[in-house]
Amino acid sequence: MTNALEGWEIVIGLEVHCELATQTKLFCGCPNLFGDEPNTNVCPVCLGLPGSLPVLNEKAVELAIRLGQALHCTVKPSVFARKNYFYPDMPKDYQVSQYDLPTNVDGYLDLPSGKRVGIERAHIEEDTGKNTHIGVSGRIHAAEYSLVDYNRAGIPLVEIVSRPDLRSADDAKEYVNELRAILLATGVSDAKMEEGSMRVDANVSVRRDGDAELGKRCEIKNLNSVRSLGRAIEYEAARQVDLITAGDRVHQQTRHWDEDAGRTREGRSKEEAEDYRYFPEPDLVPLDPEPDFLERIAASMPPLPSDRRARLAEAAGVEPTTMGVAVAVSRGLDDLARAAIDEKGDPARVLTHVEHNLAVEGAAAVEPGALAKLTRMEVDGALTATQAKTVLAELVENGGDPESIAKAKGFEAMDTSALESAIDDVIAANADVWAKYVAGNDKAVSALTGQVMKATKGQADGKAVNAIFQERRAASKG
Amino acid sequence: MSAAEIAAAVRSKQRSAVEVLDEHLARVRDREAEIHAFNLVMEDQARADAAAIDRRVASGDDPGPLAGVPVALKDNFATRGVPTTCSSRILEGWCPPYDATVVERLRAAGAVIVGKTNLDEFAMGSSTENSAFGPTCNPHDTGRVPGGSSGGSAAAVAAGFSALSFGSDTGGSIRQPAAFCGVVGVKPTYGRVSRYGLVAFASSLDQIGPFTSTVEDAALSLEVISGHDPMDTTSIPEPVPSYREHLREGVEGVRVGLIREFFEAEGLSPDVERRTREAAAALEQAGAKVEEASAPSTIYGLSAYYLIAPAEASSNLARYDGVRYGLRVDAATTAEMNTKSRTAGFGAEVKRRIMLGTYALSAGYYDAYYGKAQRVRTLILRDFDRAYERFDVLLGPTAPSTAFAFGAKADPLAMYLNDVFTIPSNLSGHPAMSVPFGAGDDGLPVGVQVLAPPLQESMMLRVAAALEAAAA
Amino acid sequence: MPSISRDDVAHVARLARLELTDEELELFTSQLAAVLDHAADVEALDVADVPPTMHPYPLRNVTRPDEVRPSVDREEVLAQAPSAEDGRFKVPPILGEEP
Ligand SMILES: [Mg+2]
Ligand SMILES: [Zn+2]
Repeated sequence: MTNALEGWEIVIGLEVHCELATQTKLFCGCPNLFGDEPNTNVCPVCLGLPGSLPVLNEKAVELAIRLGQALHCTVKPSVFARKNYFYPDMPKDYQVSQYDLPTNVDGYLDLPSGKRVGIERAHIEEDTGKNTHIGVSGRIHAAEYSLVDYNRAGIPLVEIVSRPDLRSADDAKEYVNELRAILLATGVSDAKMEEGSMRVDANVSVRRDGDAELGKRCEIKNLNSVRSLGRAIEYEAARQVDLITAGDRVHQQTRHWDEDAGRTREGRSKEEAEDYRYFPEPDLVPLDPEPDFLERIAASMPPLPSDRRARLAEAAGVEPTTMGVAVAVSRGLDDLARAAIDEKGDPARVLTHVEHNLAVEGAAAVEPGALAKLTRMEVDGALTATQAKTVLAELVENGGDPESIAKAKGFEAMDTSALESAIDDVIAANADVWAKYVAGNDKAVSALTGQVMKATKGQADGKAVNAIFQERRAASKG
Repeated sequence: MSAAEIAAAVRSKQRSAVEVLDEHLARVRDREAEIHAFNLVMEDQARADAAAIDRRVASGDDPGPLAGVPVALKDNFATRGVPTTCSSRILEGWCPPYDATVVERLRAAGAVIVGKTNLDEFAMGSSTENSAFGPTCNPHDTGRVPGGSSGGSAAAVAAGFSALSFGSDTGGSIRQPAAFCGVVGVKPTYGRVSRYGLVAFASSLDQIGPFTSTVEDAALSLEVISGHDPMDTTSIPEPVPSYREHLREGVEGVRVGLIREFFEAEGLSPDVERRTREAAAALEQAGAKVEEASAPSTIYGLSAYYLIAPAEASSNLARYDGVRYGLRVDAATTAEMNTKSRTAGFGAEVKRRIMLGTYALSAGYYDAYYGKAQRVRTLILRDFDRAYERFDVLLGPTAPSTAFAFGAKADPLAMYLNDVFTIPSNLSGHPAMSVPFGAGDDGLPVGVQVLAPPLQESMMLRVAAALEAAAA
Repeated sequence: MPSISRDDVAHVARLARLELTDEELELFTSQLAAVLDHAADVEALDVADVPPTMHPYPLRNVTRPDEVRPSVDREEVLAQAPSAEDGRFKVPPILGEEP
């Protein structure tokens, strides 16, 4: 598949819908809850009963603006509009959304890899209800009838539309993960893709390398996880390239991701072009946030993942794009890492532990001083990497002093002469393997190292062992 | 007996609410078959409510400023557990699970609701001929229409079926039937009265108001129903003054402008024009300064209105799709069910306006139609603002003629032209009212319209009271 | 703008989920054309510099606090439904996909 895409560029823009973490719906006082008995969180407003009127939830506005600020958007005076179309999960047969005057425009999001993705807009709108298709297979086309639950109707959403700045499935996945981290950090949404409180649609097109013009795009829906997003993009890009190379062309359309089949499927062809007849919602009035409201929101903004990466990178003296830095922030271990570095821990080893050895419950509770001390013991050669890992596990579990733990476990640094003699013994006992290694078979060294580890009961430092074997080989060749 | 007199008598135990109700119900029994003002008479409920009022008075309680006053509601007000049809087949039998804010306020003031009145389907019309349940007849001449769309409410007060009634005015639907039936009808400032629970026709134009037999009752009614409602975003958060307090202060020095464009309009019948000029003369006699005023953009009002109102209506009426309430005509798919239900449930005028509005909003036409109409609205507002620099109120006819005969305006456009003098106030959102002022050559009532700047209902009512006194 | 055609009316009726007989289509086309003709005066106005009025009374930033209010009783709501099952509104198969 990657080969087939040689010479082609994938262009991706994402539309992400997130449910805002309010107590109540966007336009009424019904609770914003997931998983309740059908049609129990409904009222005249969210059922669209004749005569009912919407009143905007101020918390939803605050959260949307908070997100806009986190995405470096300009917060603008905005107007709600009606998007008119018939669908049974939509009680009024129009959706209240923002159209030409959205609340947040022109922002950006910096990915951990360093790439900057433009944000076209992040606007407020209401969610629809939920249809359940009853019939043999539970699928829409085979349904005998459908049942409608309006508990979700009117839940506040923010729709975040990126610019087509993403260039690969990995980019897209990274973007969604980073956006999710921002949503969680700001408390704007619980962003659960599996519960549908975060939903991602991908606009995918392809063009030949160097082409300036964008290709015709397809919008892929029904993506239920970050993983399916990646798979769907790869599938769809290959499909489009195949079409074009076969002399065909891509038709602008909506396509649905079929997780089981691992492919996208064409949406039902539409009898006529969409005509949503947008017009300003006359039951609501314009939003023009006062400067002090905006300042209050900005002042209560928690540190964002990108700020946290920058701070940790600076403390560790590495680039913010370093993998360990991104992992530390995404696991919420950046405070621990910075504190450990502060307490004279070895930055590189701190980041290594956070990246590889602390993906466990309770990791954040590790004493920074203990982590710092642990890394100093490694630097001093008092502990091997393997031993340090064991001590760290104990620190997570029960806390304590790394030195005492190491002693209790019988971890003592081998002095160099003891190690050298152990190595001599192993070479002598495995002359054939040694010969292969000397002859240039690099893989043979792992068998030898294994023997050394066995002989030293794991106290030897793997790196040191390796270095000694290399030294000996060079010497024997010389 | 006026509503103010009834409430005073009931509160002072001179009359019982049940007795008052029975008098009104007796008139209903007498003439309702002939007039058809009501879609529903709530006789039993009303009697229970009236008895409850009497018990409260007996126990020393004050039920409120409308104690024991029989009231009729246009059948587009949501009433909990009581059918609310909008005179449409599509809502036949629908019982809302909630009360409109105005209904709550009326009950809280001690009013006794006697029934739901007939209207043009979804308030779209000027004669009640568009009701799915048959037209209402004008109590002054049953061969004539009562006007519309609130024809049932106007007829109810004119026939003495209720002391007060309430309607909605989107393009003149209170003022024109008030004029045709010889009663007082008020469209308050947009936002002055909560629309929560009023089934929407055109959201940016709809406003609830009273029909009364006296200007004092209109003032009293407005005091009860006006005021901020947190359930209506467009509700104005300003305190409500006492409208009755300044009612009798006269019009000495009040500046009254006669809207030139209204008098020059083709189609204004000479007898209505004559009565309107006489009304102006009467005000002058009472000390007002009367001069000609101009609001040239109002001539575009009708065109702008018939783009904006249908556009909003096309969206407001999308929800009648057979899924959640009202009429359903079964079909193989939901989309077909929607279409069949709507096709069977809506009458011709409603369909016409839905299509007109859908067209005005559709791709490629929005700017030319809906967008432009909203700009014309600004022009009309500016004209009124300019006029109100020189005048306290404006005066003109309410409708071009007196009540017309059934079937006389079969052509939709001819019917629409009936609203030409009332529409500008809906587009501007300003208050306006119709006061009876004599009769036309055919002996039928003529209404004169008083228009005022936003939230200046007090001044408007003062001028109306002076006209009422002069007409007597 | 050219006057509204029969095809326009048929298209608009589909958008609005209304079914028209041939006679209705004919009649509505001429009636809507008459109304739009009348609106030609507005169409001809040059109002490009005039801002639109969406609301007659200029309010802004009207919101409510994020506080739960009682929902309505499900049985009362479903009792009004043409068809219901398992606490939900029942409809015929939905064939078109959500836009
Ligand atoms: Mg959207
Ligand atoms: Zn609700």
